[in-house]
Order: sequence, then structure tokens, then C-alpha cells
Amino acid sequence: MTQPRVVIVGAGPAGIRAAEVLVHAGLGPVVIDEQPRAGGQIYRRPPPGFVRIPRALYGFDASRAQALHALFDGLLPRIDHRPDTLAWNVWAGAVHTLHDGTLRRQPFDALILAPGAMDLVVPFAGWTLPGVYTLGGAQVALKAQGCAVGRRVAFLGTGPLLTLVAHQYRKAGVEVVGLFETSDARRLRRGAWSLAADPVRLGRGIAYRARLAGRVPVRHGITPLAALGRDAVEGLRWRDSAGAEHEVACDAIAFGYGLKPETQLAELAGARFAFEPADGLWLPVADAAGRVAPRVYLAGDGAGILGARAAEHAGRRAALATLADLGLDDGAAVPPSPAAARRFRDGLRTAFPFPGHLAAGLADDVILCRCEAVTVGALRAAARETGAREINRVKALCRVGMGRCQGRVCGVAAAYVLAAACAMPVGAVGRLRAQAPVKPIPIGACRAP
Amino acid sequence: MLSSASRPATTTPKVPVSQFLRIAEHARPSIRLIVDGQAVTALAGDTVLTALLLAGRRVRAGEFGDGPRAGLCLMGACQDCWVALADGRRVRACTTPAEDGMELVTR
Amino acid sequence: MSALATEVCVIGGGLAGASTALHLARRSVPVVLLEKGLAGAQASGVNFGGVRQNGRHLAEVPLAMRSRREIWDNLPALIGVDGEFTVTGHLRLARTEADARVLETFSAEAAKLGLATDMVRGQALRERWPWLSGVPVAGCFCPNDGHANPRLVAPAFARAARAACAEVREGEEASAIERDGAGFRVATRSGLELKARVLVNAAGAWGAGLAARFGEPVTMHTIAPQMIVTEPAPHRVAPVLGIVGGAIYLRQIARGNVIFGGGDGIADTATTRHHVVPDATIDAAAVAHELIPHLRHLMIIRVWTGIEGETDDLIPVIGASRTTPGLFHAFGFSGHGFQLGPMAGKILAELILDGATPSPIAPFAIGRFAPRS
Repeated sequence: MTQPRVVIVGAGPAGIRAAEVLVHAGLGPVVIDEQPRAGGQIYRRPPPGFVRIPRALYGFDASRAQALHALFDGLLPRIDHRPDTLAWNVWAGAVHTLHDGTLRRQPFDALILAPGAMDLVVPFAGWTLPGVYTLGGAQVALKAQGCAVGRRVAFLGTGPLLTLVAHQYRKAGVEVVGLFETSDARRLRRGAWSLAADPVRLGRGIAYRARLAGRVPVRHGITPLAALGRDAVEGLRWRDSAGAEHEVACDAIAFGYGLKPETQLAELAGARFAFEPADGLWLPVADAAGRVAPRVYLAGDGAGILGARAAEHAGRRAALATLADLGLDDGAAVPPSPAAARRFRDGLRTAFPFPGHLAAGLADDVILCRCEAVTVGALRAAARETGAREINRVKALCRVGMGRCQGRVCGVAAAYVLAAACAMPVGAVGRLRAQAPVKPIPIGACRAP
Repeated sequence: MLSSASRPATTTPKVPVSQFLRIAEHARPSIRLIVDGQAVTALAGDTVLTALLLAGRRVRAGEFGDGPRAGLCLMGACQDCWVALADGRRVRACTTPAEDGMELVTR
Repeated sequence: MSALATEVCVIGGGLAGASTALHLARRSVPVVLLEKGLAGAQASGVNFGGVRQNGRHLAEVPLAMRSRREIWDNLPALIGVDGEFTVTGHLRLARTEADARVLETFSAEAAKLGLATDMVRGQALRERWPWLSGVPVAGCFCPNDGHANPRLVAPAFARAARAACAEVREGEEASAIERDGAGFRVATRSGLELKARVLVNAAGAWGAGLAARFGEPVTMHTIAPQMIVTEPAPHRVAPVLGIVGGAIYLRQIARGNVIFGGGDGIADTATTRHHVVPDATIDAAAVAHELIPHLRHLMIIRVWTGIEGETDDLIPVIGASRTTPGLFHAFGFSGHGFQLGPMAGKILAELILDGATPSPIAPFAIGRFAPRS
């Protein structure tokens, strides 16, 4: 009997653990990853020739990062690892990939998707200026390139990454001109009760923030107003909780409001979606083992944001479910989903709520869709002039979310703008549907058979 | 107007000529690139985006008259940093390693 | 249960249906349009966007010419938006001498109908359009063709119909349609009941099913023409391109994106679901850079499709029912109804109100599919 073909997309914590379980069961999965080296965003490995020690790159998580890297390297002889490879479509039992200018079709009997997440953002005036980066991006620059995104950096937004990256920058010797938090002290205190489910992570967060607060301005309950500057960032304008406006000089702004799962491949593979009011996001509907469609499994932050440790669990669970569904169950019990991770996530939701209302308050001339340069006003006009109430219809009318990123960046904010414009709950305007290719592919790679 | 809360510098800071600041991993071989006809030095292991933003404050021009762009997510998700090579090929700057002799066009 | 009496009930909110409703309403006829989804959401709104007379079946040429004059030259007056309609010309290419003869035959026959086109051969093609590869051997250019944005045009027809006092009901799927005395009774899934003297079948890919209920078979199958769009690039390709055999059709819009179609996705009229097929995308893109080499560097950013009906003889059904007085059809545009669909609506309004149309519609009679006795 030939071995079932299991394909894993993504080689972060979830993908690595899924590969481990499959290899232990005697399978040799294909692992497709866009990055040159396994580790995912969180445990991203720098390019060859970089010399900083893991402790400098991953902090408290260094041993965990090293363990996962070593685990994956140990699996390499028994898996088909395809780094630098984009999975751009899932169709008819195959993943379609692009590697080094060549398109390829990889059939599967089971597909485990571990595509990870990206920063969740809300646009603000001037956010297309050079110098505005996501928090995740600012961290990648530091970890994987040894660079700061600016000399004087303002940190803006909410969520654990805000404090963490600001701390990492300050520690690296970069001037942090301030930490501008959209959540407020009351919410942070309330969230702490649930965050105590992971006292170590909570403790670190509090310690980082305390260290920052002693050295840089830390403001809560703020509203971002604008990235200032003509050709690049020269400052940040913000409003305090009492309504007064301020400006701070800086040459970079790192911002973000939490993370958003990468769900496009799951959708193309047949996943259904449901609106999750607590996150204000549409998420793929998965069972406890991550099943989203027949023989398609979703694991890690790509399924819903629970963090790296939970992602490792989810990767194992998805692989065990895969084995069971393929009739290769070796009797191993599926580990229960980590309740503590979910309680911790609830704490994050309480402490660092996604400020969707900021989208509703944007001025008409703010660019909403960066790819197509569609303004907030253009979306509102399309809704007003045509009566359109559904986000894909509005996309057809004003091009929001139609560009290179396919609405990955602006889709959530666009839904909030539309919902506010027609006085509907955000869950009622729908979500931008994913279309292939999930990321751009060159025409020249397409060759006649 | 700068508020007291934001503690502005007493002297106006010099306008930086580069967006990024290299703070670690200096000990790598140098490579040379051509950016808009000008020679630029980078280090092996830099991405195209890093090389461009250590040499200036732009990666490309917005197509719709919306000014210069310099990426956003730096992890291959937002697709904001696609830039052209002199031979017409296009690369995503944040996920493409800079190579010795590479010619880039940001304008 | 709500009951509604009207003069004309139109089934289908695509271009043909919405244009019928618009032209009737403009002549003060009470009309109700029922659209099961959103108006213009299927083929009418997600097609390629070609506004062409060039290369059509000769039977369609007179209608396309009239559509070009009466619909497309008057778009803002008719529907309130320009729909990004741009006159760029349409260039139909031939890759072989046999295909070049197809172009020559069309050019000569179309001239007799009053449509002017230029035949361009060999090196003259490259001189006039320097971005073309050496692959095409000839082209037939129709200067007053062009392209428009279907996403804007199709819903605008429905809005214009509404503004002209037609009752346009979206999300209303007809569940029962039957003869009722001298007229028709239509019931929808949501419980709406409607009586009308005249029924218009503009149900697109669902049109043959509706016609069959009235004993009028039409040989038609469902297609899902697949479209591809690239990132924006400097504008170089001015005319809309087609090719003999239809492997690809391509245009570049003012913003710079290149839009091209070719190949078929998968569509299911029962569920109204459609999917793009990766191999069709790859094949069409391969032809695109074979014809226009500089496109090879451009990135494909999105692929889509919609549901359309294609008849066996590749031309639509337009005209009165043969079996049922008061029933009129306009469907089966076979993947090239964007330019023609609005004209078909105007023609149906003429047939309904005047009993005649100046356009030669005999070739589109539904009776051509009737079993020979």
C-alpha cells in the first residue's frame, strides 16, 4: 500500500509539531513553507551569517525556539521540506505552489494548514508613509535583520506585542518616544484576572511595561490621529483620553491591534466561516481537532489566536486527527485543548479590545485600502449612493480589498467602516471572500503544458 | 504644535537619510547594489527592503499618485513592498535576499 | 402573504433584465423585476468588460452596432454613470494563415453591414502595436469598440430601472411561475405573489430552465468564463485584444491593471456556486505572455468567474415565446452579452409595447431549438 500523502502548509510551531507526529507514525509529510528556514514568525531564524545568540533573539523563549528548530532539523531526512515556497491555491485535492518561478501541483490525501497570523490593523491618516510599520514588522526587522525600523520610534496600538516590541527596541538601544495604548487602565486591570491563567506571561508583560513606564511616556486610552510628514514619517499626532491633541516627533511608527489569522487557504480548501463577536473577526469553523473540511485541518494561529504554545498543541492535535481519519490511528489520545490558553486569550480580549470604532471615526480622505489607494470616503460613497450593504458588493463598486493583498490588511477595517456607514452590526456586512491566488504569482511562471 | 506631554527634543533632530538603522549583525560580507542608478552598499543576508531602507526612505512609488511606499508588515503578508528590478522582474522586497550586483528601480 | 399586480414581471436582474425594466419604466409601464441574488451579481457584473462589435457572429453585428450607438454612447444619460466606458478599439488577432482568413471574411462581411474594420498584416502589426510578439500573423481592428467596468455597469442598470420607478426586488427567487388566465402568476420563496400580464425571461444561465416550463426547449449549458487581473503597471496596451478561437481576451484599464479572460471555471446553477480552476488560469496566462512578452513580469493578483449560459449555436435567445402569448425571452448570451445585453432589453421593451423592433432578431428566435416535426 502506498503511503497517504499528507501536506502541511506552514513551518511554525503548529506545522513543526504536526510534522513530528506524522513522522513518528511512519509518514513522510510534505512541508511547504514560504520562509527559507522553519520556525514561523515567532521563532523565525535569521539568515546564514547572523551571529546573535538565541537568547538575544527570542528572549525567555530561547530554549523553546531552539528545541523546535532542532526538532525540525531532526525531521528533515524523513520529510519533504519545501522552503521558499508559496501555496497560492487549494483546489481539487491539491495544493498549488510557486517556488523559484515554477508552478507545481502537489496532490494530498490530507492537508494540514498552519499558515499563522499577521497584525490586525486599523488605518489612520498618513499610514502609507514610509516609516509606518506593523508591530510584527518592527519585530521582524530587529530579529531577522538586526535593524530598527527608525531611530526614534513611537509604539501605537494595543495587545501584548505593543509592550513586548517596545521593550525589545528600548533594550536594543533604540529611542522609544512613547507607548501609545488605545486600551485603558480599567480594561487592563479587568483583563489581568484572566491573563493570570498564564502567570509567567502576565508577569513578563507587567515587568516590561513597568520598565518602559519608568523611562518613556506611556499613555492609555489614546486615539491615533495621524502619521505626520510629507515623504516619510516625521511625527505622530494623537488625542489623549481627555480630548487634548498632542504631537510627538519620531521617524517611525510601529502599530497594531492584535493578530489576525491567515484564513485564505482554509477558505479555498472549503472551510466555512462564522463571526466571532469577541474578536470582531470572521474565523473558520473548526472542530476540536481542527477539522474544517473533509481531510483538511487547521492548526495554530491560523485557526484563531492562542499563541505559540497552543499552536504546538493544535499542530499535534491536527496531526492525530489526520492519522485517525486516514485509518492510521495508533490509539494515542487527542490531548485536550488547553483551557488555560483559552482563558488567557479571553484575558487578552478584555485587556486589549480591538478598537474597531476607530475605523468608523476615520475622515473621508484617509486611505483605507493601501493596495488600490481607496479612501474611507470612497467606500462610504459607494454604500450611500448604491445602497450596497454587503462588503463584497461594496468591494465590486469601489475596489476596496481588490489589490495585491486581497483585503488581508484593510478587510477588517473596511467592514467596520461599512457597518458604521449603514448603522449595522459589523457581523452583518459579511466578510471579503478569498480568491486565488492568495498572494501574487507572476504571469511568466505560467507556461503552457 | 508639540505638547509638553510628548517631551520634544529641544533641538530639531536632523532629517534622517535612511529609514532603518542597523543596530546588530555588522560582521557580514559587503555586497553592492544599484538603486535608481546609484551604487549602494549592503551586507550579505540583508533583504532587498533592508538594503533599500538603509540607503533611503522609500521602496517604491504608489501607483495612484499616493506618494512613496516603504512596506508595512515586513513578513510577506501585506504585499506593499513589490519593487522592480532593472530587467523588469518584480520582487517582494521584504522576503527577497539582496544579491551582489542587483539593480533596483524605486521610482 | 403579499400579492402584487403589475403589467410586466421580469425574471433576472442582469443586464438584459434590468435594461428591459429600465426601458419599460421609462415608458411608464408598471414593471416588477425579481432577482434571486443581487442585481448584476452573475455574468453581467463579473464578465470581461469588452464592448465590442468586432469578431461577432454576423447575426449579432447589427444589434451590436445599434447597441454601440443607442446604449454605449448614451450610458451616463441612461444609467447615471459612465461605467468607465473607454473607446480604445478592439484588435482581433490570428495566429495562423487559416485564422487570418477568418478575420478577412469577417471584415468583408461586416463591411456589408456597415461596420468598418482594418485588416493589418505581418510587420505592420508590430509597427502599430510594438508590444505584440511575433506570434500573431494578422489582426482585424475595429476602432470604435472599447471596454467598460461590468462591476459598475451591471448594478447601475438595476439602479436606473429603480430610479425610473420599476420595482426592483433583490433576494427574491421565483419558486412558481405559471400561466394564469391571460397573464402569469409568480410566487417567490419569500412568499411574495405577483400577477403580471407579461413575463420576461432574462434569467441568464437559468433561462433555459424557465423556457422549458413553457414547452420551449433550448440547448444550453452552464459555463463559468474565468477572468484574471494583474497588479497595476504602466499603461501600454491600448486596444482590447481578442484572438480567433477565443483562447484569450485582454484589456488594460486606465489604472494600469491588465484584465484577461480565457478558459472555464466550474459553475453549478443549482447552488449558484462557482469556482476558478487553476489550470485554466495558467493556460490563459501562458497565452497572455506569448502574445505580449512584457506581461511576463506582471503579477496575477486575483482570479474570478461567474455563471453564464452558453447555447449550442453560441448566440442568444431574444424575442417572443412561440408557445405562450405574453412571454418574452432574452438569455443565453454565451459569454459575450455585456455589450449586447442592454440592447436586448431595449428590444424586448419595443416588442412588448410596440409589437415590433427595428432590429433584425429572426436569428435569435427561440423556435430554432424546437424539435423538427
